Amino acid sequence: MTIVNVVGAGLAGLSAALELGNAGVSCRLVSAQASERAQSVLAEGGINAVLDLMGEHDTLREHYEDTMRGGAYLADPNAVWGLVSDAPLIVRRLADLGVPFQQEHGAMIQRNFGGQKKKRTAYVKSSTGKVLVSALVDAVRRLEDKGVVTRAWHHELMDLELADGACEGVWVRDTHTGALELLGGPTVLACGGMGGLFGNLTTGTTTNTGNAAAIALARGVELANLEFLQYHPTTMPLSVKRMLVTEAARGEGGRLFALRRGEPWYFMEDKYPELGNLMPRDVVSREEEAVLKDPSCGGQVYLDMRGLSAHVWRTRLSDLRDEVRHYQHLDPAKEPLPVEPGIHYCMGGILVDERHRTNVARLYAAGECACAYHGANRLGGNSLLGAIRGGMVAARTLLDEDVSAQGRTQTRAAVSADTPASTNASLQTNTNDVERAMQKALVGCMGITRTQQELEAGLRSLEALPHTARVALARATVACALARQESRGAHQRSDYPHTSDDFRRTTVVRWQGDQPSIEFRALPEPRKEVPQA
Amino acid sequence: MRRVLEILRRSDAASQPHWQSFLYQTDDEQATVATALVELNEQDELHDVDGALAEPIMWENSCLQKKCGACAMVIDGVPRLACDTRLDSTRHERIRLEPLRKFPVVADLLVDRSVLMRNLAQAGTWLESAAELPAKRWDVAYEASRCLQCGCCLEVCPNFSVQNAFGGMAAMVPLARLLSEAPADQRRALAASYASAVYGGCGKSLACRNVCPANIDIDKLLSRSNAAAIWHRW
Ligand SMILES: Cc1cc2nc3c(=O)[nH]c(=O)nc-3n(C[C@H](O)[C@H](O)[C@H](O)COP(=O)(O)OP(=O)(O)OC[C@H]3O[C@@H](n4cnc5c(N)ncnc54)[C@H](O)[C@@H]3O)c2cc1C
Ligand code: SF4
Ligand code: SF4
Ligand code: FES
Repeated sequence: MTIVNVVGAGLAGLSAALELGNAGVSCRLVSAQASERAQSVLAEGGINAVLDLMGEHDTLREHYEDTMRGGAYLADPNAVWGLVSDAPLIVRRLADLGVPFQQEHGAMIQRNFGGQKKKRTAYVKSSTGKVLVSALVDAVRRLEDKGVVTRAWHHELMDLELADGACEGVWVRDTHTGALELLGGPTVLACGGMGGLFGNLTTGTTTNTGNAAAIALARGVELANLEFLQYHPTTMPLSVKRMLVTEAARGEGGRLFALRRGEPWYFMEDKYPELGNLMPRDVVSREEEAVLKDPSCGGQVYLDMRGLSAHVWRTRLSDLRDEVRHYQHLDPAKEPLPVEPGIHYCMGGILVDERHRTNVARLYAAGECACAYHGANRLGGNSLLGAIRGGMVAARTLLDEDVSAQGRTQTRAAVSADTPASTNASLQTNTNDVERAMQKALVGCMGITRTQQELEAGLRSLEALPHTARVALARATVACALARQESRGAHQRSDYPHTSDDFRRTTVVRWQGDQPSIEFRALPEPRKEVPQA
Repeated sequence: MRRVLEILRRSDAASQPHWQSFLYQTDDEQATVATALVELNEQDELHDVDGALAEPIMWENSCLQKKCGACAMVIDGVPRLACDTRLDSTRHERIRLEPLRKFPVVADLLVDRSVLMRNLAQAGTWLESAAELPAKRWDVAYEASRCLQCGCCLEVCPNFSVQNAFGGMAAMVPLARLLSEAPADQRRALAASYASAVYGGCGKSLACRNVCPANIDIDKLLSRSNAAAIWHRW
């Protein structure tokens, strides 16, 4: 019988395991750490779905259009239509699993989020991700009890086992014993984003190293859109990381300002009267960057939450307030909070089609490690949705293709630890000095606004480093940014400030010989039922 | 700021533990025990206070902002999260780090906490059908969803051990969520689990309440769960 591997146990992995397990298919849920430690638990603001609970006549079409526009028309229209169409059912199912979505007077409510004109984001205070994970962990536990899902805690991905262009399984290492093992079977990768390439400068976890993407690249899997790196406009430096201030702070009325010649200047409201502080993140971060560079603005941006009512603080943002008080020794209800843009989300990753297939047969990807729904910039609240839906769709596709299809169920049995590993453990590890040099090169050229000169210099520094899979991934990332000679969404080039129709294509990167090779690939045509964006 | 971290080390479960000290200096007033461990391990070569070359320090971490429970360890005798323990919270120069003692040690500060999951599995911590969440139980369901599964509470619990079935607060909290929203036909089964996995074994000293790094309102969850599972007031 086929046993499916799901690698990664955040929301995408949990969702895939749930779908497979409910279909009665055995699955191994493999993860470097327990689900409670996954980056998904950090998600604060919420999950988007058109439920139209707020009397605003919200429609699927608007969710679709906001997502496409937010992503600067670089996302697969069919995938996005699928995403927004499935969202209402997904959120209702989550409520059935016991997620206590925010309520008022006994009825569920939704909040505003960036890049969207309607209140479409379902949430639980500012701990949405944690609460979703708790509910899904329990749901998967039920399948563990039935024996259909088995957990491999503390196992990290070391390599993919490929034969004839298909995935035969994954090599994993038990981080407690050091033992290597080949787990045979079709595989869903759900390892989270590759933000770890940038080290301490992100809002994410130390576990999401980017190794999974590096391994995939090294094994010939196509990656895409690596240049689209989301800088979140409101982060605070914490020692050895950046801490997010949820977009919900602005959704509930928080306002960005700078002191221009000593006077508060609410620059987003000034420049964008309609959406103001809730413009998509790429726009807000860019405006902040401009303000930070403007000598009359004092080099600091603040988030002003003094106008939020006591009711909002108590019922919807109490956890944010506690956190800011704890780490910054400042009460955001009384004092403006200094913030700055920080690396937050990778729109790019392992390229999948709308059914979450990679270019390698029997290998699927979902969640933040996959490039699926977000185009050039992700809307807040769409990635929890994308992770849960991605896991579900990857599992369904896999069930169609690899489990029910006769003759394809011949999976190599798992072999034990002493099999000579095709795994080359040095494939992914950098020594500390190489890692530091790599991060320095990346940070130096992959800022909010980029130039050819800086990118070329960054690439040269990376090429001078010892060849590891991580360095190769860093080179591929910079190569994507160099090749895209335009400005779009989260990729801004001061030397190519305009958006160009010629580049309304997916940047596909694969490793060839000893370097990254880039191709711009046409987007799929929207199917008949998909609205014209 | 100058701190000496005294770390109880062993390369694997079988080897004898020994103390090794590391000097850490920083200007960062926000620096935590986690900061120090990250930065010590990031050095090209790690040396102890005596200048001897040392292996990287094994410990578990992930979010570095007290939201994932990974970095729980015993700090100056108290179970805490390394990323929630500022170095300037003590005036002493020496800070002692030991692994959580209730779990099998893997190496250094890294422990195997899979017993947490085993206990929850044994207690049947899941819903069999759609949740029924009355509005008045919303805050219980929310509060109970916050458990980090860090294990700090078990460290101070006189009744918990890896060998027995009593799950302590780390099992009580997730069960409280299910009790708050159990569909009618699952209530009896969950109440029975609660009685055997939690209520029966708990001495109610509430030592656990003071160490929970998530500040979970254990009193509220206990009284609600007792009312439902023991006194059948759903
Ligand atoms: C601070 C913060 C706030 C956010 N807020 C929101 C929000 O409000 N709304 C929203 O929609 N999105 C939000 N996001 C984004 C969203 O949380 C993530 O994109 C999403 O949770 C990713 O889920 P995932 O399952 O793909 O990955 P993750 O949750 O990152 O899980 C990755 C899993 O893979 C495992 N893993 C990683 N590497 C390996 C390896 N090499 N081998 C084996 N296992 C591995 C990990 O242990 C983990 O189990 C936020 C992100 C952050 C950082
Ligand atoms: S109240 Fe006492 S016995 Fe009960 S779980 Fe807490 S520490 Fe353990
Ligand atoms: S109850 Fe508190 S201390 Fe115990 S595992 Fe949960 S979060 Fe940790
Ligand atoms: S690393 Fe997540 S709680 Fe400390």
